[in-house]
Amino acid sequence: MSEPPVMTSMPPMPPMPVPEPVSPARQAWRMFRRNGAAMIGLALLLLVLAEAALGPALYSVSPDDMVWMPLTPPGASEYWLGTDYVGRDLLAGLIHGGRVTLIVGGSAAALTVAIGVLVGAFAGYYGGRIDNALMRVTEFFQVLPNLLLAMVVVMLFGASLVNIAIAIGAVSWTSTARLTRVEFMRLREMDYVRAERSIGASDARLIWAVILPNAAPPLIVSAALSAGTAILFEAGLAFLGLGDPNAMSWGRIIGDNRPYVLDAWWAVTFPGLAIFLAVLAISLVGDGLNDALNPRLRER
Amino acid sequence: MTVPAPSPPSASAAVPAEAPLLDVRGLEVRFPVRGGVVHAVGGVDFAIPRGQAFGLVGESGSGKTTAALACARLAEAAAGEIRLGGEDVTHISGRELRAMRRRVQIVFQDPYASLNPRERAGAIVRRPLDLMDVGPKSGRQARVEALFALVGLRPEQQALFPHQFSGGQRQRIGIARALASGPELIVCDEPVSALDVAIQAQILNLLARLKRDLGLTYLFISHDLAVVQHLCDEIAVMYLGRIVERAPKRALFARPLHPYTRALIEAAPSADRAVGRAGAPRRRAAAIQGDPPSPLDPPPGCAFAGRCPHAVDRCRTEVPALRDMGGGQAVACLRADGAGGFV
Repeated sequence: MSEPPVMTSMPPMPPMPVPEPVSPARQAWRMFRRNGAAMIGLALLLLVLAEAALGPALYSVSPDDMVWMPLTPPGASEYWLGTDYVGRDLLAGLIHGGRVTLIVGGSAAALTVAIGVLVGAFAGYYGGRIDNALMRVTEFFQVLPNLLLAMVVVMLFGASLVNIAIAIGAVSWTSTARLTRVEFMRLREMDYVRAERSIGASDARLIWAVILPNAAPPLIVSAALSAGTAILFEAGLAFLGLGDPNAMSWGRIIGDNRPYVLDAWWAVTFPGLAIFLAVLAISLVGDGLNDALNPRLRER
Repeated sequence: MTVPAPSPPSASAAVPAEAPLLDVRGLEVRFPVRGGVVHAVGGVDFAIPRGQAFGLVGESGSGKTTAALACARLAEAAAGEIRLGGEDVTHISGRELRAMRRRVQIVFQDPYASLNPRERAGAIVRRPLDLMDVGPKSGRQARVEALFALVGLRPEQQALFPHQFSGGQRQRIGIARALASGPELIVCDEPVSALDVAIQAQILNLLARLKRDLGLTYLFISHDLAVVQHLCDEIAVMYLGRIVERAPKRALFARPLHPYTRALIEAAPSADRAVGRAGAPRRRAAAIQGDPPSPLDPPPGCAFAGRCPHAVDRCRTEVPALRDMGGGQAVACLRADGAGGFV
């Protein structure tokens, strides 16, 4: 018998080149890069961050010293942006205040996310009674008037930067918690979570190493937006006179100069613009992240 | 538990040698929902001998997937007993459960949903080795590569992320993950129903080859009789949480006894029939109308009675038990006469 052997299986595949690994994060960055508004926001945000990090070292005028006549308009002295109602350099206030504003806003947002994710993750993952109990607590915090509660906390415990950040975080975590809870409820039923369970993963691993990274995209967006909100919140508290009296911040400059707004427009306009630009930058980046991380816009 | 010395099976109280690998008795699974309780699985019995493939067939909502998840301890059994190699695993936990998971693995339906999108393929296949502590650490990388080769993937593909694979390749990754711990029983939950028809055959052939080469036992879930026919030795048909007919493959297709089984076989598209009857209208005699009743409010009597062309008054009041009809075939129908007719 000289018949050729019967082919029982497919011939070996020709060695196709294996493509470069593309992680979901890299995919998102490609998407983000194509978004003009988001890239402008990112540039602006980096500028604000660089200013807050390096500005105080480069511009040596103290924001707390009287350096010139009170209420000097911009351009009328060596202090370009003019002076406030006690003769402090406005530019120095903006530069130093940016650092304080961003630190308070950033740490308040971090606290918001930390509490929100913790509460939301347990409620969404375990469901049932744990969910019920945690959601009642969340609702309790939701119905309290935020600004009022933060004011009470600051007045009771003192207006230090740490207390202000805690006060803001403590009143704004509820929406993050709800978002996290819903994401966990959805992802808990995914087959890849079941698959992890079937290979013996613990609850802790499922919550923190499997579900949380996959719940991250909307949480990152929400964290970015809550950083913007926290900055506004801090400015609001400082405006009401509840800022840290030992730290210059943008909100405090506005609050301090409020009675002179008709005589010295510059003293409230420039810090207001600074707040506006910082929050705008964060919002643009948050929006860009939302588009880049939104799985519905991406092929499976 | 010690293995009994070879002795006449009747003399030993221990598990007989031919005990089925998986033995399910009276399994019930319930889900609380708004407004009541869904009896997803309402008392199911079957057994799978080692090395065999057992098919569980039914339409959506028949409870077949829930029953399979319960066997893999991914859904909680409300009643009944699941035995693995003679050992009751229905309510074990902790260390025992982890040991059991090494022996029972699952291949999921949708390969787009069953792989963590944030992990590389190699990490996905390696994870069971690390979590269940399979073999020495130093040998795990080699084992991952061997698993990739076993399911027809190349080792260079380990670094890629799931979205960089096709559906069939993704299912191969899912199969490699299931094989990692060296399991005895693999629960296949509709492993090809989300794939293109051309790819389905590849995956089914892979599963058949793995079963033969590795001596695996399958619990195979499907709504597609043709798929089950390809791979399974014995088949059970489920309807609204219960098994309505159970038979060796040959007997089931040669002589279906339950009206629902007959309708399913009749409804299955078949290449032979299409060719044989080219031009002639398809026979529609046994096509069933309507939808299954709600599992939230199952009717008294036979759940299929409302759609059954042979139903009589008695069917609407009396729940039919699974009756042995000989030759390994059992049917839960009051009227089936065991020869393919109705009394």
